Amino acid sequence: MLILTCPYCGVSGEETEFHAGGEAHLKRFGPGSSDADFESYLFHRENPKGVHFERWRHVSGCGKWFHAARCTTTLEVFGTYTAQTSEPPQSIKDAITAKRPGWTWRDFA
Amino acid sequence: MSTRLQTGGRLIDRSHREGFSFNGKRLTGYAGDTLASALLANDQMLVGRSFKYHRPRGFVAAGGEEPNGLVNLGKGGQFEPNQRATTTELFDGLTAESQNHWPSLEFDIGAINAKFSRFLPAGFYYKMFIHPRPLWKHVYEPFIRNSAGLGKAPQDRDSDRYEHFYAFADLVIIGGGIAGLQAALTAGQAGAKVILMEQTAHWGGRAPVDGVTIDGAPADDWIAKTVTTLEGMENVTLRTRMMGAGVYDHGYVLGYERVADHCPGLGLPRHRLWRIRAKQIITATGAIERPLSFAGNDVPGVMLASAIRDYAVNWAVSPGDRTVVVTNNDDAYRTAICLKQAGLEVPVIIDARPEASGALPEAARALGIRVETGKGIAKVLGGKRVTGVALCAQAGEGAELEQVPCDAVAMSGGWSPVVHLWSHCGGKLNWDDAQAHFRPDANRAPTSHDGLPFVISAGSANGELHAAATLGDGDAAGKTAIRALGLSATAGGVAKAEAEAEEPMTPVWIMPQGAGVKLRSKMWLDYQNDVKVSDVQLAAQEGYESVEHAKRYTTLGMATDQGKLSNINGLAVLSQSLGADIPQVGTTTFRPPYTPISMGAIAGEARGEVFQPLRRTPIHEWNDANGADFEPVGQWRRPYTYLRNGENRADAVKREVLNTRNNLGLLDASTLGKLIVKGPDAGKFLDLLYTNMMSTLKPGRCRYGLMCSENGFLMDDGVVARIDDETFLCHTTTGGADHIFAHMEEWLQTEWWDMQVYVANATEQFAQIAVVGPNARKLLEKLGGMDVSAEALPFMAWADGELAGIKVRAYRISFSGELSYEIAVPASQGRAFWDACIAAGAEFGLMPYGTEALHVMRAEKGFIMIGDETDGTVIPQDLGLNWAISKKKEDYLGKRAQQRSHMTDPKRWKLVGLETVDGSVIPDGSYGVADGINANGQRNTQGRVTSTYYSPTLDRGIAMGLVLNGPDRMGEVVEFNKVDGTTVAAKIVDPVFYDKEGEKQNV
Amino acid sequence: MSDPVSALNRVTFDGFVKVEEMGPRGMITLRGDHALPEVKNAATGVAGVNFPGQRECRVVEERGLAWMSPDELLVMVPHGEADTAVASMESDLDGTHSLAVNVSDARAVFRIIGPGAREVLAKLCPVDLSPEAFVPGTIRRTRAAQVPVAFWMVEEDVFELVCFRSVAAYVFDLLKTAAIPGSEVGYF
Repeated sequence: MLILTCPYCGVSGEETEFHAGGEAHLKRFGPGSSDADFESYLFHRENPKGVHFERWRHVSGCGKWFHAARCTTTLEVFGTYTAQTSEPPQSIKDAITAKRPGWTWRDFA
Repeated sequence: MSTRLQTGGRLIDRSHREGFSFNGKRLTGYAGDTLASALLANDQMLVGRSFKYHRPRGFVAAGGEEPNGLVNLGKGGQFEPNQRATTTELFDGLTAESQNHWPSLEFDIGAINAKFSRFLPAGFYYKMFIHPRPLWKHVYEPFIRNSAGLGKAPQDRDSDRYEHFYAFADLVIIGGGIAGLQAALTAGQAGAKVILMEQTAHWGGRAPVDGVTIDGAPADDWIAKTVTTLEGMENVTLRTRMMGAGVYDHGYVLGYERVADHCPGLGLPRHRLWRIRAKQIITATGAIERPLSFAGNDVPGVMLASAIRDYAVNWAVSPGDRTVVVTNNDDAYRTAICLKQAGLEVPVIIDARPEASGALPEAARALGIRVETGKGIAKVLGGKRVTGVALCAQAGEGAELEQVPCDAVAMSGGWSPVVHLWSHCGGKLNWDDAQAHFRPDANRAPTSHDGLPFVISAGSANGELHAAATLGDGDAAGKTAIRALGLSATAGGVAKAEAEAEEPMTPVWIMPQGAGVKLRSKMWLDYQNDVKVSDVQLAAQEGYESVEHAKRYTTLGMATDQGKLSNINGLAVLSQSLGADIPQVGTTTFRPPYTPISMGAIAGEARGEVFQPLRRTPIHEWNDANGADFEPVGQWRRPYTYLRNGENRADAVKREVLNTRNNLGLLDASTLGKLIVKGPDAGKFLDLLYTNMMSTLKPGRCRYGLMCSENGFLMDDGVVARIDDETFLCHTTTGGADHIFAHMEEWLQTEWWDMQVYVANATEQFAQIAVVGPNARKLLEKLGGMDVSAEALPFMAWADGELAGIKVRAYRISFSGELSYEIAVPASQGRAFWDACIAAGAEFGLMPYGTEALHVMRAEKGFIMIGDETDGTVIPQDLGLNWAISKKKEDYLGKRAQQRSHMTDPKRWKLVGLETVDGSVIPDGSYGVADGINANGQRNTQGRVTSTYYSPTLDRGIAMGLVLNGPDRMGEVVEFNKVDGTTVAAKIVDPVFYDKEGEKQNV
Repeated sequence: MSDPVSALNRVTFDGFVKVEEMGPRGMITLRGDHALPEVKNAATGVAGVNFPGQRECRVVEERGLAWMSPDELLVMVPHGEADTAVASMESDLDGTHSLAVNVSDARAVFRIIGPGAREVLAKLCPVDLSPEAFVPGTIRRTRAAQVPVAFWMVEEDVFELVCFRSVAAYVFDLLKTAAIPGSEVGYF
């Protein structure tokens, strides 16, 4: 059972205080978009064995959404960061690189 | 026979006798006994029957790894099957019964299975019961169900209490033997916050039984002193009777504390599950001895060598008067020496190794015990009890050299470190050839949220079996933990443990080495599930080569003992059969719990009244006291109807509908969601969330809105009220309140974070009472305080004011099609307002109504309900709600999805009303039948019913449904199926059955 | 005019701690950017205490402020003053993006009193309640068994816990069960 640290209220809580919210940094496609783009937005998800970015909400807590960078195999959490960004901040990317040099995920690296 | 020795027994208190009963026999034991030691003291070696063959079973071990001594324990609300007698502390009044036999333990008809054992090998169930197929339901399955299982299922509700406890520590140490105690000392002295847990009631583990000395004195001295020191340290918590059940991600450990199993009837919680978060964990969980595989190694009286000396030293019980020892290592000699010194006979020690020249064999010989090297046991004599053994050459095929009479056999195949907790969270193992066991690989420890190791193995569990190394390893583990915690070790020496030096062991996986199939089919690996060496070899032969497959094909290791005595022996046999190395074949996955834990402990407090959080409205008590027949709506309890005077539900609902339409009804609508949305961008935001245009809604007015998911499907509906320029109040369905609030926050925080909008969930701030029917206005005018006239408060408007002296907000919205006001009242005064309505409404014929009457009335008006007309695949356009979809908006959630071809397909079924030709009620879930059958041989369909009721207003059945081309087929008759296979004819009609013009609601 | 009632009307239980449901308590959810002085002043103005830092809780009897998130505050005043307090804050914050909502009645408030209070909460909440880790002045939002709650220490041996009104009976039952005499854990 994971521990996650909410970047908004600073609480390190166990997983049951949070609700998982799927893949992070999805790009929304709306009216006017192609079928392929829209399908990708609705249904295509990364399924990596390793570095992954995901959304969490602190439901039994401050109620805020945040992002987490986490390894899907070892469950190491590289860091948690604000939800109001469409890509991981440099500090998070650096933290990952320190542990997993050469990592990639979609178009981040 | 097994007896109590006259003296000795370090754990028993001979001054306290305890009475208990076993299979109806009244027996006695001492305080400090386990049920097992007490039974053995009373010469009760036969304690059960094995699962498949119903072979007689006796105790094999003295601890939690025991596979055979399972009993049905207790009575009534405290009855529990499959309890291990070895871990059940004796208390006065204990009752136990043996399991899995009929009519009795001694004469069991199920033993006939054993006669057919040749025909019941591994894979039996799979092969035997698969054909002929038709026999499964009426012959095979009932037979299997009757003979399945070991203990009896409890009949009564568990009368004990259980609880959870959350604790946080720097270091959790699992195991209270000398390694664990030393680790606690080392870490505690460095200032770490330590929890040390031990599964038995006693500290010290094996050391006192094995004659270990520490700093020149018996181990018991150092143990007692260390426990006292630890108890005096504020930063160290000691708990006995607490088992480490599992190690999970990020340092989460479960501690299973058996608080009151040994002292029932004091009103204490029976078990407490500690949910601990630790920065570091030390597994000082010891090692478990392995049986040897020789023919007849399951006859009662054949036991682990260490267990025999455990019984002798701890409980002064001798399982046998004449005990033969059979071994492949020096350690088992301790048992021979211990028994001999207690005045018991040891006719021979059978050592499979070519020589036995270590200190322990020499000491045995010095006591006059006969030692035979290079030998093995060909077979055990005796059926329900050992009567003797036949010796053979270990290198041979089992030709008998001589028979030795005895009534117990002490066997030792070596020791396996308890690596379960290390492995639970990903710790890896190495195979140690010299000791023939798996041990933790410290370089591949489980890692935590920071990617760093968080589990350390210590003592025997770490493969350091010899006492001298064991204690030191505990200190080393403590120091590793301290470093990981960023603390510094204190200076100071560590005690020195001493025990006899031991010569190397030799792995012996089959005894004798060249035994033929006849002997191999009597060599037991798994005592509970009756899996033999020949079964595992058969599995390999049949191609089940993976250890995971072999396990499941043979059921080796799948019984309640989780393979503690059988897994390693079994995988060694498998490896030999495959010609592979043991480490290559590997182990099966170790999964928590380490030994079984009670369901009660897992549930904790969650049962009865607090099984789940029931949500109650401010009107709940009145409802409860006035005949409410509650239904669950999510976690809420809402009245389905209010029963009066012996009414049944249908009568009550009919009465409520008619009374509301003719006079006056009162509904508790408090559960509907109320979300306040405010900000300069509130209108823009709601325009994106709803299919309608909400930003154009004027202050003081209400608008019914639909919300779709991004996948286009209708997910919630509700009335939105414009409060002021920047503020909206959004109603949601009851089930939608939390969900839509979360949905709004999700979009504001993760996508549109530049919008200036705040949302607050005010659902529970207000009780909401619906006052409904032709007399609604009259009631409110009688309560007085605000203008509720048609002019001041027209349909779909809202106003703040006062009624009955209470501050309210009144909404003119109607789900029933009658004149209707929903009154929002602060929850602290909700009941007062309700009471005022009840009192003042009597003269107008006021009756409360429940959710079913609500549903019937809205169906009479053709209003949709989320969850009935919607099921996650329905879009507003299916329901004739195109008017609620703004054509002006460029974007809203679901718009793009509704442009897909599947969504615009004219063949999508559309909402219509349905009236049966005969007036009956169409069954729920009915399908409209079309011509022909499909590829599966099922009738084709052309529609389905979404809501169906008896309408009191129209005195006939009414239904709504989705039908192919429905709106274009008004008047057509379609057949709908019934549960009995026949159909009922229904005419397609307008879904608005009553008051099409809306005259009653618009007054 | 009727008197407001709390969810369980001040019910109490005596176990190895005392559990009391407090009567109606004024609570307001204030949404607004904490960095803005007008937001701070509006809040401190009605609560009469200093503005709290992250996860801080400053309470003096029935008045106080608790930090809930970077843009949410819990403002506490006597129950009868809640509507006026909302109006006052709205007026102070006119022109500033903010939202003040009276949620007094949406909540139930309990006190858990006695040396065993930490243990009672530790049976229900996955929070480090040891004396070193949890001290007066902090508000912790978490779950108690299956519902979200928030709690803080009024002083040593006295905790206040807030839950949603609809589950007040459930939470009271949880606290009662956890406080049954004989079930002391002996850990803290």
